[in-house]
Amino acid sequence: MSKVIVVTSGKGGVGKTTTVANIGTGLALLNKKVVLLDADIGLRNLDVVMGLENRIVYDLVDVVEGICKLRQALIRDKRFEELYLLPAAQTKEKTAVTPEQMKELCDKLKQDFDYILIDCPAGIEHGFKNAVAGADNAIIVTTPEVAAVRDADRIIGLLEASELPGPKLVINRLRSDMVKKGDMMDIEDMIEILAIELLGVVPEDEKIVISTNKGEPAISDPASKAGQAFRNISRRIEGEDVPLMNLEVENSFMERLKIFFGLKR
Amino acid sequence: MDIFKIFTREDSSSKEVAKERLRLLLVHDRANVSPHFLEMIKEELIQVFSDYMEIEEEGMEIELTRTKLGKSDALVPALIANIPIKRMKHLPK
Repeated sequence: MSKVIVVTSGKGGVGKTTTVANIGTGLALLNKKVVLLDADIGLRNLDVVMGLENRIVYDLVDVVEGICKLRQALIRDKRFEELYLLPAAQTKEKTAVTPEQMKELCDKLKQDFDYILIDCPAGIEHGFKNAVAGADNAIIVTTPEVAAVRDADRIIGLLEASELPGPKLVINRLRSDMVKKGDMMDIEDMIEILAIELLGVVPEDEKIVISTNKGEPAISDPASKAGQAFRNISRRIEGEDVPLMNLEVENSFMERLKIFFGLKR
Repeated sequence: MDIFKIFTREDSSSKEVAKERLRLLLVHDRANVSPHFLEMIKEELIQVFSDYMEIEEEGMEIELTRTKLGKSDALVPALIANIPIKRMKHLPK
């Protein structure tokens, strides 16, 4: 059965689009048929993160308005077997689409795809309502900051109200060195405060910046720690039981020496 | 409010500060209490108490915080009102 998953956060800049791009690619690598749907009308970004910006002809609003067929607006990502993008319109208003139309669109996509991943715009207004309208699952992205966790809590409340219960949490940009020093909230802190199930933890990783520069999702880079985290998340979505990866920073030379001499373990 | 707690705590790291700020924020957010709403409660409290005592309206404080419920460690939202009394009114018996 196909799943419609909305990726949301409330706060902007926590990594929603990066999460959609990577999880979507991850699921496609697991041989699923995936479509990424950019619901951020007026401020589309997913096409750029995926490196598909030059291939857009039609967009989501064109489909809804009947200017083109759904099939014509879907961009196939040639690097992966079954990965597609439905881009948002860049020059239209957010109100160009209604929640009912979004629901209809998602139902149509369900017939052809295993996963429909929706990139939700920041905020809780019209764009958010559109993005959640057709979804039956939600992933909330947050970072270990007061403002981001606060907004995540607000979103959890709103999702409950819109009958989309049981959202799962992705903690993005965790720095284990700072957690160790007591200068960043840790995983347990955030889970306890938000009272929500954890889907995965993504470490801060320079490779994300590099991969976004190139328009290639970090998940396809075997050396990227964030990529590894996204691969694990994709497998968990597929129902596999994957333990959390070790986020410890590499031991320094002195620490390794101490371990070698049995002074530390 | 928990300024002293922060200093006496063994772990006075910035993480603990963040957690405490976040918890208090969420108490307000989840209860959906606006400053306007608190002000309304305050006005009505003044009216009720004024029948029995003269109160110092300037020094009156009302805030939403958290407290422990009974013996358990579970924290619940609590409304704390600090109402300085100038003088009791002695009502005729």
